[in-house]
Amino acid sequence: MPRLTKPSPPKPKRSIAKCPTGIAGLDQITEGGLPKGRPTLICGAAGCGKTILAMEFLVRGITEFGEPGLFVAFEESVRELGDNVASMGFDLDALTRQKKLIVEHVRIERSEILETGDYDLEGLFIRLGYAIDSIGAKRVVLDTIESLFSGLTNTTILRAELRRLFQWLKTKGVTAVITGEGGEGELTRHGIEEYVADCVILLDHRVNEETSVRRIRVLKYRGTTHGTNQYPFLIGKTGLSVLPLSSLRLEHKASTLRISSGVPSLDEMLGGKGFLRGTSILISGTAGTGKSSLAAHFVQAACRRRERAFYMASEQSRDEVLRNMRSIGIDLAPLLENGTLRFYAARPGMYGLEKHLVTIHDAIADFDPQVVVIDPITNFSGFGDSLEVKSMITRLIDLLKSRQITAMFTSLTSPGGDLESSDIGVSSLMDAWILLRELEFNGERNRGLYVLKARGMAHSNRIREFELTDDGARLLEVCLGPSGVLTGSARVAQLAQAAAEATRSGDDLRRKQADLELRRQELEMRIAQMRTEFESDERALAQERTAGAGGAHRNGRP
Amino acid sequence: MPAPRRTRKKPAPGDGLWHLRLYIAGGTARSIAAIDNLQKLCDEHLAGKYSIEVIDLARNPTLAAGDQILALPTLVRKLPPPMKKIIGDLSDSEHVLVGLDLQPRRTPR
Repeated sequence: MPRLTKPSPPKPKRSIAKCPTGIAGLDQITEGGLPKGRPTLICGAAGCGKTILAMEFLVRGITEFGEPGLFVAFEESVRELGDNVASMGFDLDALTRQKKLIVEHVRIERSEILETGDYDLEGLFIRLGYAIDSIGAKRVVLDTIESLFSGLTNTTILRAELRRLFQWLKTKGVTAVITGEGGEGELTRHGIEEYVADCVILLDHRVNEETSVRRIRVLKYRGTTHGTNQYPFLIGKTGLSVLPLSSLRLEHKASTLRISSGVPSLDEMLGGKGFLRGTSILISGTAGTGKSSLAAHFVQAACRRRERAFYMASEQSRDEVLRNMRSIGIDLAPLLENGTLRFYAARPGMYGLEKHLVTIHDAIADFDPQVVVIDPITNFSGFGDSLEVKSMITRLIDLLKSRQITAMFTSLTSPGGDLESSDIGVSSLMDAWILLRELEFNGERNRGLYVLKARGMAHSNRIREFELTDDGARLLEVCLGPSGVLTGSARVAQLAQAAAEATRSGDDLRRKQADLELRRQELEMRIAQMRTEFESDERALAQERTAGAGGAHRNGRP
Repeated sequence: MPAPRRTRKKPAPGDGLWHLRLYIAGGTARSIAAIDNLQKLCDEHLAGKYSIEVIDLARNPTLAAGDQILALPTLVRKLPPPMKKIIGDLSDSEHVLVGLDLQPRRTPR
């Protein structure tokens, strides 16, 4: 099991000066670089990348730190060497013309040489000394000094001379890298590690279950702390990159900026603002739950914000993704055209894990995206053992985080299994985890979505029904029935029932109103009738009075 | 310190010319021994048809790369071809003669 390195004191005292290599990650695990002014041994089997590491050390020394370098090639000619490293963008000829670099080919042909009597290697010293002095070299590579053993037979002299050579290099004050080819169970064939005792770095290249893996390990580093793990490394387009398993120090910056998931209703569930920038998001779910669709939304939203997005598809080709996403109303084609979106589609089995990592690495270095989608990440688990996959993903997440890239990973979980266990066991590395699941109920399947975790932000605890429509993904309003959250047709039924109830109560009201109206009319009729009766009685009384009073009046008047 | 010196000993004209080059570094005991040993050997076996060129790399370090010199002293047989290198102080004359292909073809003269 890979473990974090032993805890180092917070501020290690820099007892010895270090010489930065400029190689991504190597300075991190050596805590600053190789021992300055001392020789370092790089050993490993054939083809493990010793020469490339050594050459990159020199080239970066020149281009990044202004330190001229001398490369002594015992095996390859100057031309071969130049051709071999040209693929990584190292132009040895140009550096040589600028008098920053000397590549010295030292050839030993045993067949041409006969040894008689006593000798020393002063000739080599003179050549090195002259080359170092002529350009003021601060860095020297001897690749592979053990070739001397195949050219010369007197090992007693050779060993004494090598010891003298390393001592001499120290007095010259150059930081030297000596490569040595490892035999079985031995660091180097001729045991030169005993002369180069300050720093020993071991490279390893092996194939595990058809997957090639390169590893680097700092075996020994006198007078300083260093990472003691085996770290994977890659040889990419820009040279070597060592990928610390997980950053030795967790020093990622934590952004509080929020970015939209591309689905407004999902943003709502995440406190109304979406994901935190620079975090890793896992979308897991069984087949067909809409993981890629959410990823496409996310990418589209990023591109609309004028950010760059990198989409790595390992199950569908670029055109398939485009077509499938168009069916839910997400058109990614214009984003590809205007350069805000870049695709990389390849089956994981096509190359080793490492190669994919290199590609992602190179793409990130080259394209500098703000958003990365890996869809799906579970496809990698079939290649290489789970430990390797996990460590690769850890490294990937570290890389992305260190660059403040927001990354979305989709993960296919097997149906029937525990939904909350992601296959690769990377969920603990993720900052946000959205789970998509099938809700089987009432004879149908519906999609449900919930936020399992979202570090550093408020989020909804609801399970929401999730629909893929012609206009993209949509989360439906929560519909709670007597038996919990309702989805699909149960939801429709519940809604219909509620509507019917509403109708019914409306009718009641109208009936009552009509009834009342009826009664009012009745009342008013009766009032009118009574008033009529009353008025006729009144009139009758008035007539009687008029008749009586009329006679008296006549009588009274003259 | 011996300067790069060219010691020509009666170069005989024609095909039988031997051109030997001896690389040394400074006037160390080993350098001087090598020069003496070579001189003796040539006088004995190649009298009249050899030339020796002694190159002191301590003074002319750039000359080391040309003949791929690592060990010192190194004797290089430039002519006749093929090129041969003999390293060491040349004290073991039997070996040197074999190395120069002089032993088997050792003809009186």
